[in-house]
Amino acid sequence: MEIPNPETNQPRTVLIDPVTRIEGHAKISIHLDADGQVETARFHVVEYRGFETFCEGRPFTEMAAITARICGICPVSHLLAAAKTGDKLLAVTIPPAAEKLRRLMNLAQICQSHALSFFHLSSPDFLLGWDSDPAKRNVFGLIAADPELARSGIRLRQFGQALIEALGGRKIHAAWAVPGGVRAPLAEGLKERVLGQLPEMFAIAERALALFKQLMDTKLGEEREVFGSFPSLFMGLVGSDGRWEHYGGGLRIINAEGSVLVDGLSEDAYASVIAEAVEPWSYLKFPYYKPLGPEAGSYRVGPLARLNLCERIGTPRADRELIELRQRGGRVVSGSLYYHLARLIEIVACLEGIEALLNDPGIEGRHVRARASVNALEAVGVSEAPRGTLFHHYRVDANGLIEKVNLIIATGQNNRAMNRTVTQIARHYLDGAHLSEALLNRVEAGIRCYDPCLSCSTHAAGSMPLQVRLYGADGALVEERIRG
Amino acid sequence: MTVITLTIDGRSVATASGATLLEAARAGGSAIPTLCHLEGLSPVAACRLCLVEIDGDSRLQPACVTAAAEGMVVRTTSPRLAELRRTVIELLFTEGNHVCAICVANGHCELQDLAVAVGMDHSRLPYRFPSRSVDLSHPLFGLDHNRCILCTRCVRVCAEVEGAHVWDVGWRGEHCRIISGLDQPWGAVDACTDCGKCVQVCPTGALFHKGDGTEEKEGHPEQLQVLVRARQQGGAP
Ligand code: SF4
Ligand code: SF4
Ligand code: FES
Repeated sequence: MEIPNPETNQPRTVLIDPVTRIEGHAKISIHLDADGQVETARFHVVEYRGFETFCEGRPFTEMAAITARICGICPVSHLLAAAKTGDKLLAVTIPPAAEKLRRLMNLAQICQSHALSFFHLSSPDFLLGWDSDPAKRNVFGLIAADPELARSGIRLRQFGQALIEALGGRKIHAAWAVPGGVRAPLAEGLKERVLGQLPEMFAIAERALALFKQLMDTKLGEEREVFGSFPSLFMGLVGSDGRWEHYGGGLRIINAEGSVLVDGLSEDAYASVIAEAVEPWSYLKFPYYKPLGPEAGSYRVGPLARLNLCERIGTPRADRELIELRQRGGRVVSGSLYYHLARLIEIVACLEGIEALLNDPGIEGRHVRARASVNALEAVGVSEAPRGTLFHHYRVDANGLIEKVNLIIATGQNNRAMNRTVTQIARHYLDGAHLSEALLNRVEAGIRCYDPCLSCSTHAAGSMPLQVRLYGADGALVEERIRG
Repeated sequence: MTVITLTIDGRSVATASGATLLEAARAGGSAIPTLCHLEGLSPVAACRLCLVEIDGDSRLQPACVTAAAEGMVVRTTSPRLAELRRTVIELLFTEGNHVCAICVANGHCELQDLAVAVGMDHSRLPYRFPSRSVDLSHPLFGLDHNRCILCTRCVRVCAEVEGAHVWDVGWRGEHCRIISGLDQPWGAVDACTDCGKCVQVCPTGALFHKGDGTEEKEGHPEQLQVLVRARQQGGAP
């Protein structure tokens, strides 16, 4: 789908439909120093070319659909962030039932997205081994090796998707969350249906947790130390009472020791603590915590960040797992392999949250949308996407036409951590000056810890289209490998 | 009432004299695609989608304004017409900016339905990407020129049914566009009664209720006929 570039009036390709999306390669460069040791590695993101300018001149009511289409990988997160920003442009408090329904959808989204990441994309690596046949190291290989686990992962994902679909009409297409609330109240019969499925979903999540914890303690002991294990800041939303949060609350930033640097910050003030660096080799912007500068101020977001930031989750099963996570990895867990464990814990938290919301009579309210015209010209909306904190920031004219947009996405915030992870893995596994298959597999897995929302990353495990380049100290290309 | 008989798509059709070919064809069970035509408004034959073949006439004629005549032999479908209709739809898509995925009318759009009907899976013509504006100055409604196909339904309904004549067609050629008042922002036109009839009859997502998001606009052009009939007949429907 193409829309014009307002400045040049020239065609510009917009990746709107995930099916017709041009499938990119994950581009990685590894740079050696004079001694032939890995100096640094970079994960180049070449998507998201200036998509903020597409929005200029459009009614702000279209933002949900525009962003959900451009970022086809987590449309629900963009719907919610856009709707929350829209609420603030209307200057309305949305009906309580609408907030509960939006929360329900976000939990369903986190649940299905984490299920995809863990069961389909990542578990073949853990279960089948790094050096297993790449043709089998994917979800089909997993079905052959552990049909029960593979099937249960598919069930869990379907559960989340079906709930999203039941709320939003169609899986990802409808802009169901709108400025002022949501479009439709809870459908008849949905509550009973979903509550009836929950016991099976809890069992699936708990079986996967038991399995993965055991792997972390045994087979994955080395990866635990090599896959993105470094101190860093963490950022995300936290509830006012220190509880795990995914929709409301305030921003918190902690350091590797767990000291709170920022707490209870309104998203409106994000720019007072977060700055965005631009790098010549990537289209993504690199947000960082201003007072510490681009390097030391880089932070991680997403499941592990959320669990590191909160005091507790606030639901019994997930809290038990959180305590165990901290026993394994410390109060602030710094190894990115733990992102997978954090995802499984969050799945449990989502299931418990879905159960609590559905049992809350308030969610059945019929009044779900507040109507108003534009009452504020600038607003920031935030939500926790499965992959991390997502900011939408709009400025509109008096009629509601977009003048300026800034989006801060999870993958941008995690980009520096991904670079450090790839660097760490390259240092450990680079065999002389040769790019081996084993290295490529581990680089892929290192990136997958963050579940980046790039089209290349949604390929099945073992087949992520990769372009890895190795550069010598003089900047000359030593070797290139392209896969996929 | 005089009745005339003609042949449409091989079928013999009887109709009142003075009926258009479109009326006769529909009565006889032939579906002719239309876009600018809307029952209850005066015909303008702007879109050329309803063109048909008439024996003995080398030119194609728009069914919505051509009178049916005794003994006429008419074809509403042929490879030539199919090709032509597809081209008309491609022209409409390529001269504006139609991003259906984010459009208020997505799923409820006459232009989109016609694209499906004529088998337009892609455009063979290049997109022009004109630079057009969006007018959100009216308190209740919005106009996105990017999606306007200049069918003039809004112009006609406002002048002929509401009697306010807010809309006109301004400028020429590629600059041609719908204007309100004397080319003022819609919100500044005092003549507008805020009735919303133009929004209701617009076949695309060009006119919409402000605040409507993607896929939320469901126009009901057919409601116009209820109004027109009620006015003509006075009593019960
Ligand atoms: S007006 Fe119709 S064809 Fe045009 S963008 Fe909207 S849905 Fe698509
Ligand atoms: S605004 Fe709608 S009704 Fe008016 S001319 Fe354009 S497409 Fe037709
Ligand atoms: S419907 Fe006849 S020309 Fe448009």
